[in-house]
Amino acid sequence: MAILISLLVTLVLVAVPILGVAAGAEYVLGVVLPYLAFLVFVVGFILRVVRWASSPVPFHITLTGGQQRSLSWIKGSKLDNPSTTLGVVGRMALEVLCFRSLFRNVKTELHPEGKLSYRWEKWLWLFGLALHWSLLIILIRHLRFFTEPVPFLVGWLESLDGLFRFGYQAFYITDLLIVLALTFLFLRRVVVARLKYISLSADYFPLFLLGGIATTGILMKYVSKVDIASIKELALGFATFRPVVPEGIGTIFYIHLFLVCVLMAYFPFSKLMHMGGIFLSPTRNLANNSRAVRHVNPWNYPVDVHTYEEYEDEFREKMVAAGIPVEKG
Amino acid sequence: MYNGSKVLVGLGLFFLIVTVPFWLGFGTEELAPELDLDTPAIAQLADKKCIEPTGVMREEHMQLLEQWRDQAVRMGNRYYEASDGTVYQASLQNTCLDCHSNKSDFCDRCHDYGKVSPDCWTCHLDPEGMEL
Ligand code: HEC
Ligand code: HEC
Ligand code: HEC
Repeated sequence: MAILISLLVTLVLVAVPILGVAAGAEYVLGVVLPYLAFLVFVVGFILRVVRWASSPVPFHITLTGGQQRSLSWIKGSKLDNPSTTLGVVGRMALEVLCFRSLFRNVKTELHPEGKLSYRWEKWLWLFGLALHWSLLIILIRHLRFFTEPVPFLVGWLESLDGLFRFGYQAFYITDLLIVLALTFLFLRRVVVARLKYISLSADYFPLFLLGGIATTGILMKYVSKVDIASIKELALGFATFRPVVPEGIGTIFYIHLFLVCVLMAYFPFSKLMHMGGIFLSPTRNLANNSRAVRHVNPWNYPVDVHTYEEYEDEFREKMVAAGIPVEKG
Repeated sequence: MYNGSKVLVGLGLFFLIVTVPFWLGFGTEELAPELDLDTPAIAQLADKKCIEPTGVMREEHMQLLEQWRDQAVRMGNRYYEASDGTVYQASLQNTCLDCHSNKSDFCDRCHDYGKVSPDCWTCHLDPEGMEL
């Protein structure tokens, strides 16, 4: 059901620009919506992070793998359970760039004879990494449309990615990887019963959306060619705030662009916010120095304390009368 | 907001990175490349048009060239009938570059703009280079 809904929504989203182009709304699709979607993305992202940062962290979360820094003769684990800021930066970098915690993924199985087994399971890590790195490289490659002259680094990355050939053209390795990775991530949710049970439309929809964007992009690159020079004109117009909509850009480009706009506008409201969220995860960003530095729970309301001295001052006479020993005569 | 300064630094970085196209866009003057169609061969044309309609050429000239290469080199068929019935010799140097003999002001200018670098000229001759 969740799959069907997200698929339907994606198909409707593909139909919108087709109808839009037929109705002659190229300016809306090519200029107005991209600016709006970009604005929603940036503002939404920032507000979301500010909202997260405004919620207190009540405890110092020490439940991370590895030995905490302790006595000098106990070997501490500097990256898994860092006690310094530098260690935290290292752990975060490894997490963001290499998905280190996913690499630890094991498959837990209970066998009929009652044995519990943990199996090495690296596929999710592998395809997750492939997806995210492909996304990044593809995004950077797209800068060739937004810049004139194209920065050296962008051209360099593109020639590296396009090492292989498809006819006369470059065949991008990342194009292949992203399709494989998206297919894996989708099949994983469909094939594994436990995962299917917990998967919602919000899990399938981003996959379909990315799939739609990748498919239209790949079609434009290798199959149904589009006028790249005019598209660059449109993109440069966007980047320099001098919007133009050149004639003769194929409908497929508008589908591609519209899906990207939807992705940008949807981003701050979706699970895709894990892009910002990872940096705010207490198990990743808190140094484990809980034995050295006191973590005060910001929730703590001011407690009215009534010290023993005050108590004695208040009840001294009654205490003396009752024969209870007091500290001050 | 807790840890305000750190969060703000992070958000500032985020903002700078996602707006990179706009920063790099400063100083860009021309939105589109200027293509020079002023060559002796084109000047002689009565009807100033390319092999296929301009839109098709802009979108698919690389595929056309690939088709020409395949039919000339692999099938031995060196002629190509365009959609308007004109027959052309299927040749990069003798046909495209006969009309577009100003490769550096035509092909190259657009390719630099789109950041593509066809490697044809490591083997095929560029008419401008031949004058050297
Ligand atoms: C008979 C001469 C002739 C030949 C041969 C020829 N062209 Fe053209 N080409 C032209 C003319 C004239 C134009 C301008 C058409 C226009 O402005 O509508 C043009 C336009 C183009 C354009 C579009 C440029 C723009 O202004 O957007 C491209 C791309 C192009 N040619 C590539 C090629 C390629 C590649 C070949 C070989 C496969 C080729 N041409 C062969 C004469 C020719
Ligand atoms: C209107 C701009 C324009 C003009 C003019 C133009 N090209 Fe291209 N050409 C492109 C673009 C853009 C691509 C790359 C398309 C892509 O990235 O999918 C390309 C790709 C190619 C390719 C395939 C190589 C590759 O890396 O993709 C060949 C070959 C080619 N052009 C030959 C020529 C020749 C020869 C001429 C001159 C007669 C010419 N082109 C004129 C825009 C142009
Ligand atoms: C490794 C060298 C080499 C490279 C690189 C190369 N070609 Fe060729 N090409 C040849 C040879 C050799 C022939 C055969 C010439 C003949 O039989 O007339 C040929 C033939 C062709 C033909 C048909 C015949 C003719 O006269 O043009 C076309 C079209 C062609 N090449 C296009 C291209 C394009 C476009 C590129 C760049 C993307 C390219 N070639 C890159 C070597 C090369």
